[in-house]
Amino acid sequence: MEELPVTENSAAADRVTAGTAKEGRAAEEVLDLQEVADREYKYGFVTDIEADTIPPGLSEDVVRLISSRKNEPEWLLDYRLRAYKYWLTMTPPEWSFVKYPPIDYKDIIYFSAPKQKKVLESLDEVDPELLETFNKLGIPLNEQKILSGVAVDAVFDSVSVATTFKSKLAEMGIIFGSFSDAVHEHPELVKKYLGSVVPHTDNFFAALNAAVFSDGSFCYIPEGVRCPMELSTYFRINSAGTGQFERTLIVAEKGSYVSYLEGCTAPMRDENQLHAAVVELVAMEDAQIKYSTVQNWYPGDKDGVGGIYNFVTKRGACRGDRSKISWTQVETGSSITWKYPSCILQGDDSVGEFYSVALTNNYQQADTGTKMIHIGKNTKSTIVSKGISAGRGQNTYRGLVDVKKGAEGARNFSQCDSMLLGDRCGAHTFPYIEVKNPTAVVEHEATTSKIGEDQIFYCNQRGISTEDAVSMIVNGFCKQVFRELPMEFAVEAQKLLAVSLEGSVG
Amino acid sequence: MLEIKGLEARVEGTQILRGVDLSVKAGEVHAIMGPNGSGKSTLAHVLAGREEYEVTGGSVTYNGNDLFELAADERACEGLFLAFQYPVAIPGISNAYFLRTALNAVKKYRGEPQVDAVDFLTLVREKMKLVGMDEKFLQRAVNDGFSGGEKKRNEILQMAVLDPKLAILDETDSGLDIDALRIVAEGVNQLRTPERAVVIVTHYQRLLDYIIPDHVHVLSEGRIVRSGGKELAHQLEKEGYAWLETGSATAAGGA
Repeated sequence: MEELPVTENSAAADRVTAGTAKEGRAAEEVLDLQEVADREYKYGFVTDIEADTIPPGLSEDVVRLISSRKNEPEWLLDYRLRAYKYWLTMTPPEWSFVKYPPIDYKDIIYFSAPKQKKVLESLDEVDPELLETFNKLGIPLNEQKILSGVAVDAVFDSVSVATTFKSKLAEMGIIFGSFSDAVHEHPELVKKYLGSVVPHTDNFFAALNAAVFSDGSFCYIPEGVRCPMELSTYFRINSAGTGQFERTLIVAEKGSYVSYLEGCTAPMRDENQLHAAVVELVAMEDAQIKYSTVQNWYPGDKDGVGGIYNFVTKRGACRGDRSKISWTQVETGSSITWKYPSCILQGDDSVGEFYSVALTNNYQQADTGTKMIHIGKNTKSTIVSKGISAGRGQNTYRGLVDVKKGAEGARNFSQCDSMLLGDRCGAHTFPYIEVKNPTAVVEHEATTSKIGEDQIFYCNQRGISTEDAVSMIVNGFCKQVFRELPMEFAVEAQKLLAVSLEGSVG
Repeated sequence: MLEIKGLEARVEGTQILRGVDLSVKAGEVHAIMGPNGSGKSTLAHVLAGREEYEVTGGSVTYNGNDLFELAADERACEGLFLAFQYPVAIPGISNAYFLRTALNAVKKYRGEPQVDAVDFLTLVREKMKLVGMDEKFLQRAVNDGFSGGEKKRNEILQMAVLDPKLAILDETDSGLDIDALRIVAEGVNQLRTPERAVVIVTHYQRLLDYIIPDHVHVLSEGRIVRSGGKELAHQLEKEGYAWLETGSATAAGGA
């Protein structure tokens, strides 16, 4: 194979200095909405780190290069190549309710890794500038946070650079780390489960991801183990024009439990950036996986310029009886969100849950929802979706409840609520229900509401500013979802909504 | 405390207030009475800062400042409180959360320390006794599914907690049965202090049997046509508003 040239560039020239407004740890900040109102996208800064980047474009050689740079075994390269070849035969999905110019996949850089001078053994050895970035983002790589019980696998660009608590978790038999490490250290597990929930043939973006995925997280909870802490990953897009293709795989063995948190922020950019991640969850008998996301990728500016395309495939398989998978997401970022975290309820009495808040402001578009596939007997699913549209935002709930023939006694409850702010935004609901078993009970409720001027005035008259009033009413609307989030995430999510709604009223 | 001079205002192009003059001092209770459509509620909403009401003339000074320089929330923080005729429901927000948010917004404006959940609960429990409200109200969504009487009591509770300097009660008696009326009136009476002024906007005299006003004004066709003591309210009760139509000019002159 022909060796492709590798460019090393320092991103100093790209550093954004203006408009980043206040920095500081979000968690400690008392949110002052007046101040926030003057604020540009808070996390819009680019870190000056030497990156190891290959030229834009995708070919078989690029796939091979990615694999070889990561020193991958033959079977994984084969997997990537199969996916790549399949991807070539596919076309991007056009059924979703979003509009964007066609993506030129030749313009995307498919691999970028921060250059590491040597193997890191502790945080002290991590590039101080990188740590600074983490601090700006409020990522808890410090003592306080460790004490508060959060183990962090920080994915910076495409490669994990620091993992805490790994050894402590290892004592319990829990494997938690970067996907690349898992490929080398636990190849049998990765080989067994990779693509077993989301096959590389699943959809256009999943195929692309399978071909070029860079890194991500891997988590394995052995039989009977209850993971004692929330596991969290923060993703961050850094190098300009770099597509992000994370791959996450979580396997919960019989009778185990894990709660996993994922949160993202991204720097301010004018060009659109593609983010096509794949997340696969596997829950065995009596196992439980709780997966929570706060998504705050750069949404573009108020005129709809820039922003992230967030085209993600997330799916969980409840393989064992009485297993449970619960998705909770708060989606406030990205210019376009295309995402349907789903559950395949294979085991008898297995349970799938989906709790979602999706907010679109300015020109943001979201087409999001879930699929609940009932296969096993007495399987249960709950869907609670809260869509908030402001500005010229378009918010679509798209969901499928699919009860297969053998799913005796299956139950589903779906609730889809939309809230509109202003009269230029839109809310759309596409609930699909397919029932092939007559004993199934499927319920669907939907509401649409608007924040009224009389409500705002009532709040004003009690001393509450318009922005605080809107954020209070919206938070009330989303409460049902927020209470499914781990505590610290719930607080962050409320702040995010407030920030994301700024300037949407008055 | 409140000086209204020649106030004119319109709503959706219709002139409602045509030159209202009114002076309210601290410690006083004023009643503004008048037939439907005379502009009573408009006056209340203009003072509170509702944007749909366009001020076309005159001035209002509140504690020495131009009231119209302040946004609605700033007026509230400056101690102007409006008890709504039709309190608005806010589903999903508990009464307790709403009220604490409001209290802390006011306190922040005044540079006072924020009230935490525990202190708030102590305060609100005490105030709830004033209006005979059950504690379970705190966890219910703001005015959501409240009966008419519950809504009005809730307004008085909010007033008690926010401790305003000037309270304007807009038709607080409407829709209340006699027991609820008495409870609301007692609540208001307990809030009568030498520092606080109260303006009661009402169509009927019956609330004034319980809250005895210092001054009564009659509003008709956007002007105060007559002012007097509490006996004026009784006269209105007896004679109705019909006499205004014929005698308004002389009555205004005599006031």
